[in-house]
Amino acid sequence: MHVTVIDYKAGNLTSVVKALRHLGAEVEVTDRPEPLAKAERIVLPGVGHFAATRRLDETGLTPAIREAIGRGVPFLGICVGMQWLYAASTEAPDQRGLAHFPETVERFPDAEEKVPHVGWNQLDPSSPSRLFAGVTSGEFAYFTHAWRAPITLSTAAITNYIRPFASAVEQDNVFGVQFHPEKSGETGLTILKNFLEFHAC
Amino acid sequence: MLTRRIIACLDCRDGRVVKGVQFLDLIDAGDPAALAHRHAQEGADEIVLLDITATHEGRATLLDTVRRTAQSLFVPFTVGGGIRTAGDAEAVFEAGADKVSINSAALADPALIGQIGASFGAQAVIVAIDARRNPDASDPVQSATVFTHGGRRDTGRTVVEWAREAESRGAGEILLTSMDSDGMRNGFDCELTAAVSGAVRIPVIASGGAGTVAHFAEVFGAGKADAALAASIFHFGVSSARSLKQELAQAGIPVRLPC
Repeated sequence: MHVTVIDYKAGNLTSVVKALRHLGAEVEVTDRPEPLAKAERIVLPGVGHFAATRRLDETGLTPAIREAIGRGVPFLGICVGMQWLYAASTEAPDQRGLAHFPETVERFPDAEEKVPHVGWNQLDPSSPSRLFAGVTSGEFAYFTHAWRAPITLSTAAITNYIRPFASAVEQDNVFGVQFHPEKSGETGLTILKNFLEFHAC
Repeated sequence: MLTRRIIACLDCRDGRVVKGVQFLDLIDAGDPAALAHRHAQEGADEIVLLDITATHEGRATLLDTVRRTAQSLFVPFTVGGGIRTAGDAEAVFEAGADKVSINSAALADPALIGQIGASFGAQAVIVAIDARRNPDASDPVQSATVFTHGGRRDTGRTVVEWAREAESRGAGEILLTSMDSDGMRNGFDCELTAAVSGAVRIPVIASGGAGTVAHFAEVFGAGKADAALAASIFHFGVSSARSLKQELAQAGIPVRLPC
């Protein structure tokens, strides 16, 4: 299994690369669009600020990713990498996302609970999800974020913090997870393995 | 439901765990990589590796230790001790840490918090605070001050104010150690933890004073802690993170029970 991991200077890639290699993947890290033309699978990690995704536009990665997704290449966005699949985020209103999903990512509403949402919380996967094959409702994943996506028909898993939100999204060959599967123990590894083994019908 | 975290802490010197291992282990009592895996398997939510090596040569050993420990550890992994610059932090991240814990370096140069966060995200920066109550003040908790040099030097800064500043400068979490409680096994300083937790919106990790499972339940309840550090979890009359969590679950504390 060959996986191309995109480096856009948004946090630390080490953990993601390590987890993919642990699962037997051959990992290539790139900060340029050219390797995506032949990519077999793409992972877009990312922690930090949505504004960091500007670099994807500046380096020509955005159209290269769009083209790869159009060819049917399996794509997984993690954390900010998932949020970038949406049209926009209120965290950086001037920065556009890929708009593969038309919604906007918003901050958790003010409540008694702390924001950011940090720690292990439960997943409630949608029944036909391929990403969550073998993951049962109530299993835990590690989250650290203050913005989150709304629940829609493409939602692959729901998590409840203050209110329910989309902790994963899935449509054809495009996947996104708000949590960090590389830091979510066996559950996270199962999800990454499902992504690595996914084949478009 | 978001659960309360139990964080296993390994104190290391020259690449070996030097504390909290007496009753462990059949495999290799002092190897941080082996112990980190054991704790993760047993249900620890995170691992903190605290390097207490004082020497310059020890830094290379630390990076090697971090690399080995991180190799197949799939829960959040924090490294602290001796991180003075953004460059130090970067080296530790590249070796496989997910977060760094900074203490006296942040006090000396608070801009360091934002510098590390700018490259690796706020979630990757834990500001550790060593705190001591001010027994002479009318409110010893609100007047508790920040100490450095292993509790020997009083900075004069109040804990609550410094925690707020750390948050505003971009810290992702606060690791609060009560010097009064540390090593006493009489319980966490719940009042102080609650004061800090109530003053910031970022998670507060309580440390210092745990002696029984009930102490953890107290700090998650009255102490409003988001997480608790167990420096020597196997000394608390429980055999593992698993049994600690099972007892907490029975006490009504939301925890992640390992499969």
